[in-house]
Amino acid sequence: MEPALANLEVFAATLLELAREDSDLLVVTSDSRGSAKLAPFAKAAPGQIVEVGIAEQNLVGIAAGLAAAGKNVFAVSPACFLTARSLEQIKNDVCYSDRPVSVIGISAGVSYGALGTTHHSLHDFAVLRAIHNITIVAPADNFETREAIKAVAKLPTPAYLRFGKKTMPHLSRLLPGFELGKASLVRLGKDITFIGCGEAVAPALAAADLLAADGIECRVISMHTIKPLDEAVVLQAAAETRAVITVEEHSVNGGLGEACASLLLQSGTHTRFKIVGFPDDHTVTGSQSEIFGHYGIDGPGLAVTARKLIAV
Amino acid sequence: MLSVPDLQRKSVEYRKDLLRLIKTAKAGHTGGDLSCLDILNVLYNRVLRVSPETFKSPDRDYYIQSKGHCAEALFVVLADRGFFPKSDLDTLNQYGSHYIGHPTRDVNGVEQNTGALGHGLAVGVGIALAGKIDRRDCRVFVLLGDGELAEGSNWEAAMTAAHYRLDNLVAIVDRNGLQITGSTEDVCQLAPLDQKFAAFGFEVRRCDGNDVIDLVRTLEEVPFRPGKPSLILAKTKKGKGVSFMENVAKWHHKVPSDDEYSRAMAELDTVEAALK
Repeated sequence: MEPALANLEVFAATLLELAREDSDLLVVTSDSRGSAKLAPFAKAAPGQIVEVGIAEQNLVGIAAGLAAAGKNVFAVSPACFLTARSLEQIKNDVCYSDRPVSVIGISAGVSYGALGTTHHSLHDFAVLRAIHNITIVAPADNFETREAIKAVAKLPTPAYLRFGKKTMPHLSRLLPGFELGKASLVRLGKDITFIGCGEAVAPALAAADLLAADGIECRVISMHTIKPLDEAVVLQAAAETRAVITVEEHSVNGGLGEACASLLLQSGTHTRFKIVGFPDDHTVTGSQSEIFGHYGIDGPGLAVTARKLIAV
Repeated sequence: MLSVPDLQRKSVEYRKDLLRLIKTAKAGHTGGDLSCLDILNVLYNRVLRVSPETFKSPDRDYYIQSKGHCAEALFVVLADRGFFPKSDLDTLNQYGSHYIGHPTRDVNGVEQNTGALGHGLAVGVGIALAGKIDRRDCRVFVLLGDGELAEGSNWEAAMTAAHYRLDNLVAIVDRNGLQITGSTEDVCQLAPLDQKFAAFGFEVRRCDGNDVIDLVRTLEEVPFRPGKPSLILAKTKKGKGVSFMENVAKWHHKVPSDDEYSRAMAELDTVEAALK
């Protein structure tokens, strides 16, 4: 197995491979090629990168226009700006106008750590889940990132992908392959299910290790596609294990957890259930891992949450 | 391609079609529709290399209507050019119809869904840039309202258009000087728009946007300068063609009463008779 990298680096390398096969593939950046690790791409494929300056609305509007003219477009910018400042362009120019742009939110969640709330994206799942005609993906590791990039490049409809810049461990999968909308099972267990996405899957696995020492067997699922949700996997988890805990680098409002809660409640499923994410509060200062620890999105924190949930 | 006298007759015919449509639908942006109708007439009957047969061709000219609220004017012209049957417009705004109060790609001939202001120019820049990358002969025309120029996204797109030397991009400002609240200059001063666009890297020409002769002359000259995007500051009158609607802000989206409708059609009949 290759040494683990940041998902961001895998994204940049995969995109260059795809660009070599598809001359219509274009990457559009808003002074973000450095932070997106796309400098090698710009050097290797200078005719396939379009720079628009620090102007995210322009970035997405131009991406939609390029797609309208038949280009396979990746619009790349930090997730915090891309899904807030240019939300109307994503909604109207991309989704409503049905342009198959791949909107790529880099350094997502709290990847920027102590740079603070201006640079955090804890709202993106919520706002995009409420917009029709966009697939939402948060890959957990290098494999999922690579496969997700390849999948959205072929997708005839809009997509949003987000990932961070921290090195992510390789996850072992119980079933091979990757498909958008089909969750990956990364650990088998009968007691508790953790459903995570993106960089919150690794902490769930760490919690599963801690709980295993107490004889509690956890199932861990990487729900890399938040929309459309793999409903069967969620319902199965609720039926086969005693509790379901969702984990995400996102506000507890409107993200993966609420998507699962809505599904379970409306299907008439009653289970012990907990959404772990960012509370509706000012975010504490710190590095990404310190912030995760503060809100219990790490092995020990999630293990405490799990024990409480099944003790009731 | 219509001659100038035919274009002049067409402008009156379109105004009558437009008022009939707005009256039937009981909704529409009457004032702005009337101000931009001559521009649309000259574009679709003289300038744009696009037809129902070539609408999906990569070499066609593209038209993006950034001021999406004037959809009725666009629909009248597209129907006349054969993109869809005129009778389709009887369903405008009705339950289940895909003819709504803004342009959408569900309507044959519409290139881009618009309605939220400040979106069309960036999309046009993207299409024009793709044309340059592919060395295609297509041109992109974007119609902007003057009120919507307060949206900063226009100026982001303008900078990019100049940066990439998009001389296949033509932005036309329907400069009627009014927006829903009143004069554009009272709401948030736009002038001097020619100097602003020139400073952003456009080659600017002024013209009378309600005079088909001036519009033909100006639009047939694009690009005004190789290597630069073109900007046409088209001076128009909101409500143009109906005396009591001209330059009156309340006609922004007012539907004529039966009496107003009769008076307007009578005025247009008189103009039409004089052109025969």
